[in-house]
Amino acid sequence: MSDPLLKVRDLKIGATVYPPGEKPHDIEIVHGVSFDLAPGKVLGLIGESGAGKSTIGLASMAYGRGGVKITGGEVWVNGRDILKSSVRDIRNLRGAEVTYVSQSAAASFNPAKKIMDQVVEAAVEQKKFSRKEAEERARTLFAKLGLPDPDNIGKRFPHQVSGGQLQRCMTALALCPEPDLVVFDEPTTALDVTTQIDVLMAIKEAIRDTGVAALYITHDLAVVAQVSDDIMVLRMGDMVEYAHTDQIINSPKEEYTQALVSVRSIEHEEKNPTPEPVLSVKNITARYKGLNFDVLKNVTVDLHPGQTLAVVGESGSGKSTLARVITGLLPPSDGQIDFAGRTLSRDLAGRTREDLRELQMIYQMADVAMNPRQTVGTIIGRPLEFYFNIRGSEKRKRIIDLLDEIELGEKFMDRYPAELSGGQKQRVCIARSLAAKPKMIICDEVTSALDPLVADGILKLLLDLQKIEDVAYLFITHDLATVRAISDSIAVMYQGKVQRYGSKSEVLSPPFDDYTDLLLSSVPEMKLGWLEEVVAHRKMESAGN
Amino acid sequence: MHPVVKLVAQRLALSLLLLLAASILIFAGTMILPGDVAQSILGQSATPESLANLREELGLNDPPVTRYFDWLFGAMQGDLGTALTNGRDIAESIGQRLSNTLFLAFWAAIISVPLAILLGLIAVRYKDRWPDKLISGVTLASISIPEFLIGYLLMYYLAVQLGWFPSVAMINDGMSLGQKLQSIALPVIVLTLVVLAHMMRMTRAAILNVMQSAYVETAELKGLSGFQVIYRHAFPNAIAPIVNVVMINLAYLVVGVVVIEVVFVYPGMGQYLVDHVSKRDVPVVQACGLIFAAVYILLNMIADIVSILANPRLRHPK
Repeated sequence: MSDPLLKVRDLKIGATVYPPGEKPHDIEIVHGVSFDLAPGKVLGLIGESGAGKSTIGLASMAYGRGGVKITGGEVWVNGRDILKSSVRDIRNLRGAEVTYVSQSAAASFNPAKKIMDQVVEAAVEQKKFSRKEAEERARTLFAKLGLPDPDNIGKRFPHQVSGGQLQRCMTALALCPEPDLVVFDEPTTALDVTTQIDVLMAIKEAIRDTGVAALYITHDLAVVAQVSDDIMVLRMGDMVEYAHTDQIINSPKEEYTQALVSVRSIEHEEKNPTPEPVLSVKNITARYKGLNFDVLKNVTVDLHPGQTLAVVGESGSGKSTLARVITGLLPPSDGQIDFAGRTLSRDLAGRTREDLRELQMIYQMADVAMNPRQTVGTIIGRPLEFYFNIRGSEKRKRIIDLLDEIELGEKFMDRYPAELSGGQKQRVCIARSLAAKPKMIICDEVTSALDPLVADGILKLLLDLQKIEDVAYLFITHDLATVRAISDSIAVMYQGKVQRYGSKSEVLSPPFDDYTDLLLSSVPEMKLGWLEEVVAHRKMESAGN
Repeated sequence: MHPVVKLVAQRLALSLLLLLAASILIFAGTMILPGDVAQSILGQSATPESLANLREELGLNDPPVTRYFDWLFGAMQGDLGTALTNGRDIAESIGQRLSNTLFLAFWAAIISVPLAILLGLIAVRYKDRWPDKLISGVTLASISIPEFLIGYLLMYYLAVQLGWFPSVAMINDGMSLGQKLQSIALPVIVLTLVVLAHMMRMTRAAILNVMQSAYVETAELKGLSGFQVIYRHAFPNAIAPIVNVVMINLAYLVVGVVVIEVVFVYPGMGQYLVDHVSKRDVPVVQACGLIFAAVYILLNMIADIVSILANPRLRHPK
């Protein structure tokens, strides 16, 4: 076997943390990780947030983000230990031998400069190519990555192209200097599933055609299975399992890897609709001030008591706008909302306190939905005071009951949000909404910001609580696996319209309309060769038409 | 219409409106000052008849609104009236004074603005290390010392002890540019020291704010050097706040130099204003107020327009 291009030995990485109420101190976030990467191969680094995967990826460029410092070990690139290199040598390595593709291309492109200037900058600066050669190469890469109008797209500014296109431009930026290694850090995570599949295929083909080696970092095992030769599973800065992709997916040895492979184990029996829906949205049309088009067009859906309606769609489909209309934050221009046997006022000011109490909401970002200066007990106790005027020892008892319901317990009562993990924060938000004894809760992407295993726990909790409290959920999400797990009925939204609506079994069974088919087939599956199958299938279909 | 044209037109219209409002305030302000112009011209011993005659002659008996519009239309045509104290045409006297003030402000700006931005960039590059601390320390110290004290200190050492520059900054039309520059060297140094800290700190803060962005990380991972990252990627995105603070300081150089002009006996607007305030020469005070307001509004409008033009989202809409 040839010498590895990247050889990492016993890599240790530390950081300084500033916990609230304590003195800043140093912690170790990666505890001695070792791996090899041969030229032209792809290694997937997978793990939940805090696993240290991005940190390891950046360490291969001798870079520490924020206060992160590499404290020990060796990182060999092309036969030299870059942790012992001079500042100048490291600068010559970055952007020439090793390049980086970040999660958010939208934030990683300089808004003040044209795309082409940024794509060729490293190649020109590192004297790999002349400006003219680099531009020629960039245009070839734009074409290879399937960008529209490859000859001219470089003349645009970043805000003038879409998110998916910008992510491909970022890949072109990384490939332009002909590096030996590219670090892909969650390159498709911020994209819609239907966009993700194109970008994923473009990245995979670019890796194959240019023969570059890659570190592919993601939390999504199904995605990494499509592109990598080997996979390393990381957890809390330790290596859990490191093997060929085939083995990790089909016969994982470690318990943690098995759990990752089998997430979404939730089974939920679909319930039949009742005669009397708790929420009835009738022909709602809405637009935002200053926009000259409707964001919602004639939307009609029903939600039955004690059941879950999943509203699914990509960004811009209008699903969150629907939530704003139902809560009264955005008065609709047309249509009617019936709730618990009465017609709701269109705007928030016209709603009674009873309306507000019976219709609660949980948000995607639990940490910004809570006052950071209030304790968990205060946060959960507030709706008890506000709606029921419960105070003193009775309030305390109710808070403890609620904390037990969300599986946290009394000891969390005096903690502040900053002391909770992401999953625990979301649980507190759930308890706060339950404290109002609502008939219905709108859940807006409540698990999107959470790691898969934590998200699973939240979904299980929501289903259990539904059985106990008989509360209905309007569940807004872009994640079809979540939809399958918890819904009784589904509304698929596309460009402000309800594309497909019915019970879960109806919506998820063929024959599909074109959009639902595209959406469903774009969800990555945990098997090797899935990406090629889908792409080949689509090519065949479009050739047939 | 291109959205930038519309935004710029809005700013222009708004500035004119603001100037109009300022003119009303200035006029109203001088109106409610105690004292009577006719009385102050003629002195305590004036007879009631001569007072009444003069009031009639100056139009002081007209209603205030009429007098305001007379004054405003005159000012728009360049006629600022005549000074009560010496009967000279105000526009003429101000013309010379204003060009002197602008001459001083111009050279102070030419030195202080690039210097402040350069020092800001250096402070960012060596953040929390000794160059940053030295720059911050020296500029903050210079802004904290009253400007007249700096003025007298420099005068003592550079003019009296070393004899490099004249201690009194007199200029006249007969001097060559070199002679003029030597003459105003001391006030320029003092003004530079006064405005440097503010602009330097703002440059530093604005760029440091941008340095947190993901695209700065991208630039670092391209292998660019520290200075390349700062001036190619961070600086273009920090222009708007920097231009704003630069313009406020330029305005200060024009309208706030009263103390320096008095210290160095420089024949500029500030001294002219101070002289005539003490003599209750209302038309001169009004004229100076209007010009200062115009300078302030003009410079801030330029800052606004530069901020608009510096934003690629506005310059190149989707």
